Amino acid sequence: MIGFLKRWWRVATGPSKFFSLGFLTLGGFVSGVLFWGAFNTALEFTNREAFCIGCHEMRDNVYQELQDTIHFTNRSGVRATCPDCHVPHEWTHKIARKMQASKEVWGWLFGTIDTRQEFQAMRRTLAEHEWHRLKANDSLECRNCHGADSMDITRQSPRAARIHERFLFTGERTCIDCHKGIAHELPNMEGVPPGWDPQWDRAAALSSGVGQGQGPMGDSGD
Amino acid sequence: MKAWLLLAAALLLPCLALAAGESPRLVGPSPMPAEVPAPPLPADRADDVRRTRNYPDQPPVIPHSITDYQIDLNTNRCLTCHARQYAEAVQAPMISVTHYQDRDGQFLGGVSARRYFCTQCHVPQTDARPLVDNRFEDIDTILERLRRGRDGQ
Repeated sequence: MIGFLKRWWRVATGPSKFFSLGFLTLGGFVSGVLFWGAFNTALEFTNREAFCIGCHEMRDNVYQELQDTIHFTNRSGVRATCPDCHVPHEWTHKIARKMQASKEVWGWLFGTIDTRQEFQAMRRTLAEHEWHRLKANDSLECRNCHGADSMDITRQSPRAARIHERFLFTGERTCIDCHKGIAHELPNMEGVPPGWDPQWDRAAALSSGVGQGQGPMGDSGD
Repeated sequence: MKAWLLLAAALLLPCLALAAGESPRLVGPSPMPAEVPAPPLPADRADDVRRTRNYPDQPPVIPHSITDYQIDLNTNRCLTCHARQYAEAVQAPMISVTHYQDRDGQFLGGVSARRYFCTQCHVPQTDARPLVDNRFEDIDTILERLRRGRDGQ
């Protein structure tokens, strides 16, 4: 084994015997470009809604629920697709999320969610994953479209304006704290307080970690 | 003689019409299976202004949009504002104390199961034109009219 490695090390570190320097550098460059292009193409292929709903788990459950909501059907016809909310747009975070998603491939291979009943049983767990993720990144995927700076609260209902002023603009809460279940049905919400709960910190601590302060948003010491 | 003829015609004509399957319909498209364009959906009254109740135990109507509100075994969106604990934070009217009683009048810690499905009694209002006139008068209007009638005599 050691001998085998040593031989390959000698070949890899020694000068090229047959190929010219120009071929190796240019060839390396071209194949690098090709690899990078292919990698990103494949990555983007998995980043389409058609790919997501290629599996029955997604098509029959979450996709059906999405279609009734404001993020699918609305007066202006702008809509969010699965990756808009569930995959970060920025490259590093996207790769991290894609690596996490290998767990979902495992679940698909072994039929973790084959029936509606199995999906319903998993719903709270799955929802908690997304709540945690969006809480940790300060609702990044919401903010890809909804910017607090562009939000004209005079055009909101007084109720919404008051709450956004109180919680969103101060950074005390993030989108997902209040806006859960905006694109899919909610799971059993026992022990999950709404974001405007005056007992938020206490309630969040009681509820099995959901909504607990993670990252800078959690500490409201100021 | 002319009157007799007219009467006979008046009796006969509806029978002929019935035989032809042309009886006039009170509601819906005529003839029956015809497809007519659906009327436009009326807009919600979503101004957050509370409406007067017509009688004391009328379930108050909802002055905001409740589109996509989830009310089921898993969660109740209405209660995230109108439940006792959250009413102050969002300045929503708290659901009345009767919702925290069972049917024997015993008080409960949370919302009674029989009061859980809000939209069974509480409904949003739209700008739709009423199909028939509403001549309802509340008790004060009736009493006022009676009083005036008595004073007038």
